[in-house]
Amino acid sequence: MTDCAATVRQIPARCKPAGFGPTVRAKPRYNPARFPGHSPSVSADNLVELRDVEFRYDSRPVLAGIDMTIPRGRVVAIMGLSGSGKTTILRLIGGQVKPGRGRVTVAGQPIHQLAYGELYRLRRRMGMLFQFGALFTDYSVFENVAFPLREHTRLPEFLIRDLVLMKLNAVGLRGAAELKPEALSGGMARRVALARAIALDPMLIMYDEPFTGLDPISTGVIANLIRKLNDALGATSIIVTHDVQESFKIVDYIYFVSAGVIVAEGTPDSLRGSMEPFVHQFVHGETDGPVPFHYPAPPYDRDLGLERHP
Amino acid sequence: MSGALDRGVRHIGHMFVDGVWKLGAATRFSWYVLIRSGESVRRFQLTLNEIYFSGTLSLIIIIVSGLFVGLVLGLQGYETLKRYGSAEALGTLVALALVRELGPVVSALLFASRAGSAITAKIGIMKATEQLSAMEMMAVDPFARVLSPIFWGGVFSMPLLAAIFSAMGIFGGYLIGVVVIGVDSGAFWSQMQANVDLREDILNGVIKSAVFGVAVTLIALFEGYDAPPTAEGVSYAVTRTVVTSALVILALDFVLTSFMFTGV
Repeated sequence: MTDCAATVRQIPARCKPAGFGPTVRAKPRYNPARFPGHSPSVSADNLVELRDVEFRYDSRPVLAGIDMTIPRGRVVAIMGLSGSGKTTILRLIGGQVKPGRGRVTVAGQPIHQLAYGELYRLRRRMGMLFQFGALFTDYSVFENVAFPLREHTRLPEFLIRDLVLMKLNAVGLRGAAELKPEALSGGMARRVALARAIALDPMLIMYDEPFTGLDPISTGVIANLIRKLNDALGATSIIVTHDVQESFKIVDYIYFVSAGVIVAEGTPDSLRGSMEPFVHQFVHGETDGPVPFHYPAPPYDRDLGLERHP
Repeated sequence: MSGALDRGVRHIGHMFVDGVWKLGAATRFSWYVLIRSGESVRRFQLTLNEIYFSGTLSLIIIIVSGLFVGLVLGLQGYETLKRYGSAEALGTLVALALVRELGPVVSALLFASRAGSAITAKIGIMKATEQLSAMEMMAVDPFARVLSPIFWGGVFSMPLLAAIFSAMGIFGGYLIGVVVIGVDSGAFWSQMQANVDLREDILNGVIKSAVFGVAVTLIALFEGYDAPPTAEGVSYAVTRTVVTSALVILALDFVLTSFMFTGV
């Protein structure tokens, strides 16, 4: 097996063809060949680790035994259908929810076990871009980006101004500093949110559906910014997305999540050529496959009243 | 028949369990608001901003309502007192009715409608648009940064609004009683001064309005925070804030009046 080969795992029986390669494991824990040139045994190299993580909302299972490793400096995508538990993984990494079972480690610290003060100290080193930006609607663009600086530093006003303008310049919106969020387009709002997310130069940046609802140009702009900012800041990025086209251009590694488990993982090249049915259907946007077109329903003829009665 | 009975009993059981759950959640929420209040003191400007939002922006409705309530009290009071030949006691009647009851209660009802509904909508929309989550992820506790200052803003505003309401009401009573009807001005003010006790009447009224401020603001904050993140969810939450606040104000008023003025 080569380094860039996709690893297919925990696939529901109906989507798993017999003897399908490159690797099929019933209950894998760790894939040493996951990242080229990366030695997973040295956990200090991994910024985020999830081990056998299970999570439920009330009685509804969302994640059922997730194992995931995010090495430092990489851009990693988590992909899957709506409701598959992708955003929940981000919330677990951010410490906004706690796993029912398993372990979530960020920078070597078990985030789900941290006390209030420790959790907030760790979050200062994280940035998160929410699906629609989550800008503070009462504040201008400038004040939104200045918010984390004002809350966490005692910098003089002239330095805050310079830093904010530098962050806004990085996302191409220095000229929009005085606008209010309602005056921004969807793409601009997300760029402002990105400037706010990197205001404190975080070690980890998380993106929740950064491309949703954007036109192709804005999507390309955001995708390029994610990659460039990650490399410029020496950060690590996790992107939750459905967008195959853009994310495959910028990410180093991809996890596919379905029904609360990781069903496939690999580099963009390996997954693009994957013949695993779920990955193939997802990557190529096919309407039918392991994920059926039809929502489960009683027989069609019975619904139409055409069923023959003996 | 027994199926319908089962469903009915189950429905009542669910309502009871939901009610207990919500009460527990509201209690825990209130506790978090209180223990995260340090920021509201250290950065008092945050609380001042909320006093402006809850208090100053409610002034118009409080002033106008207080004036009209005073005018009506003056008219009704004069008509009643005249029958017993005690028209000079109009000042006492208007002042006692306002500082003991109408001031705190009506201003709290108006506060719930104007500021309470606005607080619920604001928090509900902040939650629906993930602004509170964004704050959390920026290592800024929304309880300390947003919710507690709003709470203390409401608690400080309410007694001030009640005082302004009562003052405007007394002015309305004076206008109708002294200026329009012709009750003696000296009797109006001196009777009021002689019969309204600072501790017994005014202080108890202030305590009442502070308690109403706590109740209304906590209800408004909790309903906003607990609202489903949809347009319909926020809309229902705003309605619940106004209705629940009104009921709680009236119930609390009865309890407080029992303790303060009747010696129960």
